[in-house]
Amino acid sequence: MKRVDILRIVLKVAVEIRGFIISNLGFPSRELYHIRDRDENFYMLGSMGLCGSIALGLAVSSPKKEVIAIEGDGSILMNLGSLATAANIRPPNLTILIIDNEAHSSTGFQPTFTAGVTDLAAIARGAGIEDVVTVRDEKELESRFFDAVKSDKLSLIVAKSDKSWEDVPIIDLDPLLMKKRFIKAIRADFEG
Amino acid sequence: MRRNKYKTTQSPFNWMNDKDMIDTLIVDAMLAGGIDFFCSLPCNMLAGIIRIIDGRDDLDHIPITREEEGVGIAAGAHLGGKNPAILMQNSGLGNSINALLSLTTLYRMPLLLLMSHRGGRYERIVAQMPMGDAIIQLLETLGIDYCSIFRRSDIASIRLFAKDAILKSEIKAVLLQKELWDEES
Repeated sequence: MKRVDILRIVLKVAVEIRGFIISNLGFPSRELYHIRDRDENFYMLGSMGLCGSIALGLAVSSPKKEVIAIEGDGSILMNLGSLATAANIRPPNLTILIIDNEAHSSTGFQPTFTAGVTDLAAIARGAGIEDVVTVRDEKELESRFFDAVKSDKLSLIVAKSDKSWEDVPIIDLDPLLMKKRFIKAIRADFEG
Repeated sequence: MRRNKYKTTQSPFNWMNDKDMIDTLIVDAMLAGGIDFFCSLPCNMLAGIIRIIDGRDDLDHIPITREEEGVGIAAGAHLGGKNPAILMQNSGLGNSINALLSLTTLYRMPLLLLMSHRGGRYERIVAQMPMGDAIIQLLETLGIDYCSIFRRSDIASIRLFAKDAILKSEIKAVLLQKELWDEES
């Protein structure tokens, strides 16, 4: 799977269920922004490793919203403790998607340890997350991801990805304005 | 939603001693300042404060594995409409600096850092000394406004710092000093 195709599927499902996305910095955010910008996307610009943590804080403080973290293999390896925290806090409205291309793609595809002997799904299970699955094709991703966001439990998906990237520009949004429109979207009452 | 699994063991004493009183005043000051979401890593000095917060079902409390993780969780809590604080030892600032600047400050988010100030003349753990000595200069270099709490009468500042963090959408730091709990009432 190309990463941009994974992101298209994630976005399609997120739009359908009005999911709020916390997106990892670098090319994943740039590609997501390029496919379709929306108020419900929060693009990280720095603080690598904290995508799942931001999503956890959002999920706990907004229990009625569906929250999706788009992590990478490089970033989750910087903050493995966050998997233990998520597993123990267990926000039912949180889905963590790790796009695993076995490399640091935003800096030139230097291999990460998932290219070696490290298995992120096994780490997630060991951390205590029960609903963990690894997917390798788009059809499986779409059905598993849809089930995960609809489910009433914490879920984690490892999507194995090609070393692909799209030549898209950097995100030209002002960080403060981007945050404000995201908060506005969170606060808007769509429940009725 | 509540994470009862984490309830800290309750103290066998049901009377309130001086130390408990100070812990209660600190928690009340944070709450009066508007803080309603807590992340924590323990310290002997913070144990009572964390126990009080964990016992309150109306407050979100997330124990964290590393201070930087708390900066991320606090950012998410802010996006969800909460006003977060992180309870940690001052050494935790060193584990959080990049995130405090490239997340909390970049997106103009409120955050109260309630830190026990380790090091100093009462410290018995030698490894606490270097960060204990450096913390003030670090905060000043980072442009983080801070206050030190030495006496019971200083505790009111915590409310003002919490309020300011929320009003100005920025990081405020409180350093709790060992003397605070040793003060005779």
